[in-house]
Amino acid sequence: MINTGLAAIFLWAGLEQGLGKLLDHGLSLLPPAWRTWATIVVLVGVMLGVFASLFALSTLLERKGLGRMQNRLGPNRVGPYGLLQPVADGIKMLTKEDIVPRGADGVVHFLAPLVLFAPLTLSFAVLPYGRHWVPLNLDAGLLFFFAAGSASELAAFMAGWSSRNKYSMLGGMRAIAQMISFEMPLVVASLSVVMISGTMSLAAIVERQEAWLWIFPKWNVFTPWGLAGFGLFIVAAMAETNRSPFDLPEGESEIIGGFMTEYSGFKYAVFFMGEYFGMFAVSGLAVTLFLGGWNAPLSFLPASFLWFFAKLMALVLVFIWVRGTLPRVRVDQLMNLAWKYLFPMTLLNLFVAALWHYTAVWRAPGGLALRWVLCFAAIAVPCAVLARAMMRSHKWAPRVYRFGD
Amino acid sequence: MQITFYIFGLLVIVGAAGAVSLRKPIHCALSLAVSLAAVAGHFLLLGAEFAGFAQILVYVGAVAILMVFVILLTRENTPGEGLGVGRWMIGAGVAAGVFGVIAACALASKAVWVASAQPEATARGIGEQLMGAYVLPMEALGLLLTVAGIGAVVVAMPDKKVL
Amino acid sequence: MFGKGIIKGFIETARNFAGSYHDPARMVTLQYPEEKRALPENSRNFPFLVFDGNDPIKGLRCVSCKICEKECPPQCIYIVNERDERGKPLKHPKIFDIDISVCMSCQICVEVCPFDSIKMDQAYELSATERFKKLILHKQDLAKSNDYYHRIHPTEADAVDAILEAERKQHEAKKSAASSETPPAKQ
Repeated sequence: MINTGLAAIFLWAGLEQGLGKLLDHGLSLLPPAWRTWATIVVLVGVMLGVFASLFALSTLLERKGLGRMQNRLGPNRVGPYGLLQPVADGIKMLTKEDIVPRGADGVVHFLAPLVLFAPLTLSFAVLPYGRHWVPLNLDAGLLFFFAAGSASELAAFMAGWSSRNKYSMLGGMRAIAQMISFEMPLVVASLSVVMISGTMSLAAIVERQEAWLWIFPKWNVFTPWGLAGFGLFIVAAMAETNRSPFDLPEGESEIIGGFMTEYSGFKYAVFFMGEYFGMFAVSGLAVTLFLGGWNAPLSFLPASFLWFFAKLMALVLVFIWVRGTLPRVRVDQLMNLAWKYLFPMTLLNLFVAALWHYTAVWRAPGGLALRWVLCFAAIAVPCAVLARAMMRSHKWAPRVYRFGD
Repeated sequence: MQITFYIFGLLVIVGAAGAVSLRKPIHCALSLAVSLAAVAGHFLLLGAEFAGFAQILVYVGAVAILMVFVILLTRENTPGEGLGVGRWMIGAGVAAGVFGVIAACALASKAVWVASAQPEATARGIGEQLMGAYVLPMEALGLLLTVAGIGAVVVAMPDKKVL
Repeated sequence: MFGKGIIKGFIETARNFAGSYHDPARMVTLQYPEEKRALPENSRNFPFLVFDGNDPIKGLRCVSCKICEKECPPQCIYIVNERDERGKPLKHPKIFDIDISVCMSCQICVEVCPFDSIKMDQAYELSATERFKKLILHKQDLAKSNDYYHRIHPTEADAVDAILEAERKQHEAKKSAASSETPPAKQ
């Protein structure tokens, strides 16, 4: 079985090169004036198609995975093993009545799903899927990604405010507060990667992780600052995309639907899709920055976009696992986590990354182990101390209410 | 001139006009966000990638949200009266006057079309300038931001007896 | 240790996930129309009429004594006795209807029946599309064989059979005693 697996991987890598050549050949058949536009159309179409089908697959995986974790089967009636369930869901969403509350602000209510969805789709353009497979190879690609992500934050507020509903308003304000607060740890965690790699271009960051220690990869996650940074990035990413255990803005059991309460039918489907696309985008960025992008896990295997998507789906499965395990975080606990814990830890991570970089000259036999111990202690000890201090700082006292003083 | 220049320019003007003339304050804030995003588009057209993305990150992603929060938390959302015709005429007149003065100055000056010897507007170039020639203003800005942050925390801190 | 609770949570959900494929204790779903839960022996739903042998008309144990109709608290049983051409009541019901939208499964009809002819059934898939006509079960729907009774309530059916057998033997013994005695001579 391992032999057939290896054969399949090599065959796929060959196919990948073949696909690239096919695309070039097909494009060269067109007149030169059309070639740019044709490239753009093909790339955008393929990207949207791939991510839409990944979206369908991951909704199914989520429902079945959560079901199995909760001692029940997921959906298994529509198609074999429930594989056509996303199709049924799509048909349901498309044929539902589009209800807009009478007091709602029509234009803003209509635009909110689009404002959520469009920038997130834009941010897919800078991720490096394969060695020469970056749709948009910007020099400041990471900055573009974060800019696109932050442009979609306004949508949560627009949705919450335009619905004229106190629960939606609450959900919208919580959503914005959460997204802004966690954007800081997200950006600073990825800043440590930029510092070490010396570039903000995502394709270059992946290429710099193409190093091998014997047959094992030297991805960023296998360094102390990379491991801590990866953990911090994933926690901040879960909060950025409103994903459990940080899904208070759309808390299904608490404020009905949060800012999505008054949306039905296709607009709700666009919100849902936007949330999943956000998950794919930050997972893709985590794979690029920390997990080596399109590099293979062992040095004799060929690199291909398949590894990128495999790592992406592995991260999505981790997201689903976390959703099935942890309870929802309260809003003040959420804010504490972002500002008092994650943000100082990410700043400390910058120092540890610098420490790792400057001790790279220790080439003595025990040098690597010593560097690991030093850097790991430099980040683990403050982590534990800070956590313990925060847990102990609750002074339980009778509650005092302030009424408009 | 490319068509995208005109499209972005139109968005800037329409967004700015909407920001001063729409009835509901939230609509004004949102159309200002559109206008700022179109300014970022202009930056990208000029090739200043860093400035464009930073404009979106900071202005649309933070300043617009701040304005929206402020409007939401401080005033009741009764729509104000729109601008009357008289006010539009005065405003248009003042805008035309300012535009005329600036256009006259711009057209009368000698344009220097130097395409070379411009510093690279990449992130690396900006970073080197910031850490090199302009390190003192940057540190002063950092100090200012720290003071502002501490001030915000102090203003928002609850009284001691609540804890 | 810091983070111990989260790690334990992850291990538990992973164990649930893996166990759901091979451990029946970790997969409690019953896929209903294809798999049905085995009911306990004493479960009951609505009454049915027992017939011995193969003929649901001749073997029906009910003699239409109407005790169950009188004793039923919500009065859901409706019995009409069968009479022959001259109006003499035969020991057989012409109409025996139970309205299961009214029946409350109290089992009083079973307790008072002197002939062990009405017993509690376990069938629960009795949904109908119309409330008034289709939720009344008639004699032909209610008559089920003694073998069926043995299948759903084995211990009870065995006990009833033993009692009926004893009664039958007693009846036979009395009859043969009565027939073997010489009738007293009439003077």
